[in-house]
Amino acid sequence: MSNLLQTVSTFALKVNGEVRTVEASPDMPLLWVLRDLMRLTGTKYGCGIGLCGACTIHLDGEAIRSCSTPISAAVGKEVTTIEGLSIDGTHPLQLAWDELNVSQCGYCQTGQIMTAASWMREKENPTPQAIDGYQSGNLCRCGTYTRIRAAIVRATEIEGR
Amino acid sequence: MFLFEQELPDTSERPTIVNMSRRDFLKRTALAAGSTFVLGAFIGCRSKTEFVPETKIPAQGTMADAAFQPNLLIGISDAGDVFIVCTRSEMGQGIRTGMPPVIADELEASWNRVHVVQADGDPKYGDQNTDGSRSVRKHFDEWRKAGATARAMFVTAAAQTWGVAESECVAENHVVKHMATGRELGYGELAATAATLEVPENPTLKSRDQWRYITKPMRGVDNRDIVTGTAVFGIDAQLPGMLYASVERCPVIGGKVKTYDTKSALAIPGVRQVIPIPAATLPPAFNALGGLAVVAENTWAAFKGREALEVEWHLGPNATHNSEVYRNEMEKSATSPGREIRTVGDVTRAMNEAAKTVEAVYHVPMLAHAPMEPPSALAWVKKDGTCEIWTPSQDPQAVRTTVAETLGVEVEKITVHVTLLGGGFGRKSKPDYVVEAVLISKAVGAPVKVTWTREDEIRFDYFHAPSVQYLQAGLDAQGKTTAWVHRTTFPSISSTFRTNVDHASSGELGLGFTTNPYNIPNMRLENGAAEAHVRIGWLRSVCNIQHGFTLNAFAGELAQAAGRDQKDYLLELIGPPRNLNSLFEGDKGAYGEDLSRHPYETGRLRHVVELAAEKAGWGKDRPKGHALGIAAHFSFVSYVAHVVHASVKDGKVRVHRVDCAVDCGTYVNPDRVKAQMEGSVVFGLTLALHGKITVSSGAVEQSNFHDYPLLRINETPEIHVHIVENQSPPGGVGEPGVPPVAPALTNAILRITGKPIRELPIRLSELS
Repeated sequence: MSNLLQTVSTFALKVNGEVRTVEASPDMPLLWVLRDLMRLTGTKYGCGIGLCGACTIHLDGEAIRSCSTPISAAVGKEVTTIEGLSIDGTHPLQLAWDELNVSQCGYCQTGQIMTAASWMREKENPTPQAIDGYQSGNLCRCGTYTRIRAAIVRATEIEGR
Repeated sequence: MFLFEQELPDTSERPTIVNMSRRDFLKRTALAAGSTFVLGAFIGCRSKTEFVPETKIPAQGTMADAAFQPNLLIGISDAGDVFIVCTRSEMGQGIRTGMPPVIADELEASWNRVHVVQADGDPKYGDQNTDGSRSVRKHFDEWRKAGATARAMFVTAAAQTWGVAESECVAENHVVKHMATGRELGYGELAATAATLEVPENPTLKSRDQWRYITKPMRGVDNRDIVTGTAVFGIDAQLPGMLYASVERCPVIGGKVKTYDTKSALAIPGVRQVIPIPAATLPPAFNALGGLAVVAENTWAAFKGREALEVEWHLGPNATHNSEVYRNEMEKSATSPGREIRTVGDVTRAMNEAAKTVEAVYHVPMLAHAPMEPPSALAWVKKDGTCEIWTPSQDPQAVRTTVAETLGVEVEKITVHVTLLGGGFGRKSKPDYVVEAVLISKAVGAPVKVTWTREDEIRFDYFHAPSVQYLQAGLDAQGKTTAWVHRTTFPSISSTFRTNVDHASSGELGLGFTTNPYNIPNMRLENGAAEAHVRIGWLRSVCNIQHGFTLNAFAGELAQAAGRDQKDYLLELIGPPRNLNSLFEGDKGAYGEDLSRHPYETGRLRHVVELAAEKAGWGKDRPKGHALGIAAHFSFVSYVAHVVHASVKDGKVRVHRVDCAVDCGTYVNPDRVKAQMEGSVVFGLTLALHGKITVSSGAVEQSNFHDYPLLRINETPEIHVHIVENQSPPGGVGEPGVPPVAPALTNAILRITGKPIRELPIRLSELS
């Protein structure tokens, strides 16, 4: 059991552009740091083992699964959550998601958007293969996949690509 | 936004529950729907609504201090803000963009001035149990009347103000106009006067051509909150000073703690306490399963503390339960004579005289709900004996009564705030997880949030029943089906609530089994015995899953046996357009609906078959290894057909396109109807291709998405939804799209490989 005993330490993290200090075990996943310690609940718990993508955030712009990334791995890096994706909720993906009524229950959608926002930064034109490939790690039990595809394409139009 | 983060040192600082001065007024003016008037203090989702292209206008004031409240569902402030109470739970089906537009339409309210208020669980609202695809189906007329009542009162108020006849005035888009003079008064200006009027009993409803929002696509009222991460689901609920809990439960239903050691758990930083929860007695009903709750300062510490617990269990009587053995027992039951449910004609003779007989045994496994948000609840049992709860519940009144019973207090002491649900599918109509939070909160004397892990959700579900079904048909020399035997066997949901249950309820059999629409002169329907060893519950479309599967899959097999086209043969089985009300006794038909309002009409079923086939290009040549399959099913008084275009290559199946035709009668928001059908296709493909829960030594073997996979985007076909324009009363939408998906797929595979699929999920070994 000794491996479970972790000393609580102080961590200063840069989250959505702001430096925030928390007390946590070094192995505490970012998911729970964000949700419970920082009260940023837009990042969701779905499986805890990186299989569903509901907890997706950006670490230095890269999409990662916050349920499987310990706080210690985020030190010195930029953490971006859905709350910080855009200042006023007008990221092209957020606008497209709204316009096409992608969300049903909505629970997985912040993770879906954070995944898409990461890979679309580099992709010129999201092909159907690219969309299905990059988004296949994000589960949606409501079954909004066909609208996710459409909204990603729509977001590139909104962005003026 | 939710108000969880407000300072709440004690209950005296909560918003006023009853406004006495207005209550006197409200008591005087009875609501047409017959409810009493009590002003709720609405702490629920107060999301702002918007209707593109109009601009969002922030609310001034709240429902509780609205100047005019003609009934429980509507409040209008002096500023003209309209508050509409959504009494049904939102789990993605879209009711928060379904119920309010109906009311706003009849009210002639401007949609950009409407603010949706989520109701607490309270019987004053009537039925709030959001299941059975019945929100619009059961309440459409009542909601229209609520809106029309307020509109009529605004007209009266304006006429009185101007001293003119009401007939000279018309309410339109948030104002009342005097037609002769062009004068206008806004709803805000009229609110105070309207509040002094008697409530009319029979206001005139708008005609269909006057509908402003009903039947028009509406943008989701929670869209913006969802995409910005500010929407509040149950798992997001927070209170100052709250603690977090995770519960270790016995892996076998009916088991209990034998011994335990908390030393290692308590050594985890952040872990505060370990609280034993008494084991539930059987039948399990909605009770907490019992076990050990680790209470901590954050969710992660609670999870880790739980891992560190050392527990030994008394496994109890279900410890010998095993899915393989159980499957054989059910198969034996399904292939032996069962309880007679319905007999038409002389099946034995017809079978003997048949030119050809076909028989098949079908298996559909146990399924878990797997909503993306696992069960969660925040409960606060206070020193004064009251209890306040925030939870994603489909049935907040059941939460209230169950919790009151658990605590041994009056139901009035329990307040249940309904958050958004991160998916429900039937799981969140059972409040066992809320009871856990309540018991732990009471023990620790603080607000406590219980979060289920994914593993908890899959292992401790109220499962969709596993089933085995036997079907036999006799075909005449022309290939027409003349005799039909169907025996269905599955553990009943009733077993969750009563002991000694070994057969299905009539309600369960009414889900696709006794509602069999096939026009066959000799038919025998039987129900085989099966006992439950896990908690059985309802899952999206319930027994229609297994019955819709076999009726359609067997139809596909019979078409093949007769050498006929699958669609033509299905239409022949359904028979000519006719009324099937004779399947029911008395005035009540399927799903408890009045037969006069919702007659069971095979013409509508035929029509969706023909429409889906036409839109899918049925009959066109397909490449080798490709085929279309078709299936149709009546459930929740709606009619849905799917045509699935699939291919099989190298022992793998791929679904390319699904055409869905749906006749749900009058619909409210066509975009949500489409969305529900799209979601149903994905839900149906998940159960066709992936879903299977098994039990070994009484314990569920699956635990997370690696061994209970859901359909992913790269497996998802194109989906085209075709809505039938039909002015019949509204039917269900959330569930009826699910049942025909799996058989449409297996029927496509049957046409490709020539081999029937008789077991779900589809096994790759059967595809070569």
